[in-house]
Amino acid sequence: MEIRPILSSLRRHRIPAVLIVLEIALACAVLGNAVFMIGQRMASIHWSNGIDEAGISVITVNGTDPALAASGIPRDLAALRGIAGVTAVAAVTSMPLDQNPALTGFTTTPDGKTTVNTSVYFLGSGGEQALGLHLLQGRFFNADEYADSGLKDFQSTGHVLLVTQSDAQRLWPGQGALGKTLYANGKSWTVVGVVSDVLAQDPKFSGPGGRYSSVFYPSRPDSMMGDYVLHSAPQDRDRVVREAVQALGRLEPGAVVEGETYAQMRTDYFADTSSMVWMLVLVCVVMLAVTAFGIVGLTSFWVGQRRRQIGIRRAVGATRSHILQYFQTENLLLSTAGVVLGMVLAFGINLYLMQRYEVARMPWYYLPVSAVALWLLGQLAVLGPALRAAQVPPVVATRSV
Amino acid sequence: MFGYYLDLAWRSLRRTPILTGLMVLAIGLGIGASMTMITVLHVMDADPLPGRSALLYTPHLDPLPLKFNGFSVGHDASDHLTWPDAVALLNAHRAQRQAAMAGGDLLMRPEAVDLRPFYVNGRYTTSDFFAMFGVRFEHGSSWRAADDMAGAHVVVLADSLARKLFGNVDAIGKMVRLGENDLRVAGVTADWYPSPLFYADDRAKRYSDHDQFFLPLSTAVDLNFDVDGSVDRWGKTLNVDMRSATTTWLQFWVQLDTPTQAAAYKHFLIDYSAQQKSLGRFQRPASNARLYSLMGWLAHENLVPSDVRLQLWLALGFLFVCMLNIVALLLAKFLRRSGEISVRRALGARQRDIFVQFGIESAAIGVIGGVLGVLIAEFGLWSVRHRPDDYAHVARMDVSMLLATLVLAVAASVMAGLLPAWRACRVAPALQLKTL
Repeated sequence: MEIRPILSSLRRHRIPAVLIVLEIALACAVLGNAVFMIGQRMASIHWSNGIDEAGISVITVNGTDPALAASGIPRDLAALRGIAGVTAVAAVTSMPLDQNPALTGFTTTPDGKTTVNTSVYFLGSGGEQALGLHLLQGRFFNADEYADSGLKDFQSTGHVLLVTQSDAQRLWPGQGALGKTLYANGKSWTVVGVVSDVLAQDPKFSGPGGRYSSVFYPSRPDSMMGDYVLHSAPQDRDRVVREAVQALGRLEPGAVVEGETYAQMRTDYFADTSSMVWMLVLVCVVMLAVTAFGIVGLTSFWVGQRRRQIGIRRAVGATRSHILQYFQTENLLLSTAGVVLGMVLAFGINLYLMQRYEVARMPWYYLPVSAVALWLLGQLAVLGPALRAAQVPPVVATRSV
Repeated sequence: MFGYYLDLAWRSLRRTPILTGLMVLAIGLGIGASMTMITVLHVMDADPLPGRSALLYTPHLDPLPLKFNGFSVGHDASDHLTWPDAVALLNAHRAQRQAAMAGGDLLMRPEAVDLRPFYVNGRYTTSDFFAMFGVRFEHGSSWRAADDMAGAHVVVLADSLARKLFGNVDAIGKMVRLGENDLRVAGVTADWYPSPLFYADDRAKRYSDHDQFFLPLSTAVDLNFDVDGSVDRWGKTLNVDMRSATTTWLQFWVQLDTPTQAAAYKHFLIDYSAQQKSLGRFQRPASNARLYSLMGWLAHENLVPSDVRLQLWLALGFLFVCMLNIVALLLAKFLRRSGEISVRRALGARQRDIFVQFGIESAAIGVIGGVLGVLIAEFGLWSVRHRPDDYAHVARMDVSMLLATLVLAVAASVMAGLLPAWRACRVAPALQLKTL
């Protein structure tokens, strides 16, 4: 296929050619960034969490008399254990993704400085089993540690804690974390176990560094423990929540008792991200449709402008498929120029967004993805007009000047 | 000629309904999406107290140690004051009116047996709060200035809460049980929903929260009420007393009537910081002290989440794509009528007459597209109102945004039509006439 005739023809019809290149380039740039934003948000919705999310329900109790916590909590736990289907239950101060951050900065030396705020969780006896934490190294807390530890001013009075895998690697790279000491605000604790990564109470507030930075302490029953974690089979969760709210409502008549499954808590946390994803998908689809219409409209007009040339070519011996190939090749050249320009634009837009809006750098494989999509769109859009052009009869050449 | 061009435009649009429909759809979608996000931004940036906001300021001090360990994305612990600093500013009386405040979320136990206990949001503040922000009282009044620091057990309720607790009976003088304490109702204010809740801290939901009770700040500290908001502590050992000098949790607002008073107050803040530095309490430079105006404070707080700004850019990018495609479609549409153009030129029309004719045709498409754009923007705002975000429910179109939509639609389509119209008016008439 001779390229030179196509190029010289394009040089004479600059405006439509430039318009098609720009349409494809702009659509490619916007699509690339939109798809990247969709990818980022889908990734955040699927952040892994080192607890048994499918089996947990959470009951929050607010407004109990703090002085009665030492006796009230064990009584409530006994009542909750009695519910059919509940395999484990414990009292805790907060849950991952409950949007009430309780953060402390921990260091490995008494005078160190940290830039990561760690989410702090206090677990009542049996908390590790109720949450379904995965132990990677070391051990969970034993009964003595639960009995000896409390919390005062949101600091543990005990001597032990559990850290997550990410923190173990960040704080003591290359060494084991077991037996090491963590310091905060003049106190210190020893690491007895490492668990797989658990999300922070508010990962978006804590930022990327604090997302999986979590620390677990053991504690006696304390008035700060406003959450009861119940572990059951997934199919029993709704019934367990209902019965638990009723049971606690009877036992704590002056308090506000609310219950939901952990899966619902997670969905609520990411609800705004999900709606943003849907909106981005809608914008991408509509934009591709509008671009397709624009290209089809312009190309069918432009092909119509060149009826006489097509007729002359057919009259001197070109076949229908030659004409079709000509227009497909011409469109290929324009689409290629368009996607190259579009990839450059997409990269440039991403750099700008990185500076102004803390967007991450777009990985290189998003550029070819949007390029291929627009290239295919361009080729399909020209198919209709090109087929119509191929139907032009040779006799057109003999008409008029 | 304007009426004639409109007539020509109308005929031409009717002759190619599909093409016209596509162009109107493209304009409508692009404009609708852009105006949805522009309206959301317009509403979120709005002035919460028009008429008073020019007089209100918030001081900013920097009591943090030089090596401060606390760090969260976007949160600055020095945005709030410590108790000693707030009391010092209150006692100095350098402003027309002044109030220190913090948020509270307390358990209310109603006397009525059919109401279960529930949590209410409110504010711990000083008595000047109501006069300074122009909060109207339905019954009673606020507590006296003397009660501010005396720890009096009084509370002011919002009208909706008073009705919920007491029905239509006058609530003044009645006792309510907040947490474990009984407080006497001294006044009932009209319901007040400033949007955004400019005086709240950065953890508050600025567009959906509102305060339903107010009580004296010293009472809240004496009775150890929970603070609903950011509380930052530092120091080698943590001191949990709310009156300590190493805990920031209070917001402070002043009313300064003239710019000279504002400048004088700023000097006072810098002098105060220098004095605290010489006493050894402050470690950072005294020039870190600042005075923000209300709108300046909202800009500093960056209330518009970056998600919303990204969506605005995306919508504008989408509008640009739509406009480019309309340029292509208009080019096709206008050049197809080369025969008609050359007839007009032969009859005496100049090049600029053709240009104006097609400019008016583009504007006509813009008007129809603008109407569609308004409908699509209304639909877009409806879907924003159903989002779970904090700002969702304030997304509503007002008259200025409606007019802006139509103006933007016409401007966009006229701009899109410039290149095609210019190309069309350069058509060589003689060549076209020969092939008619």
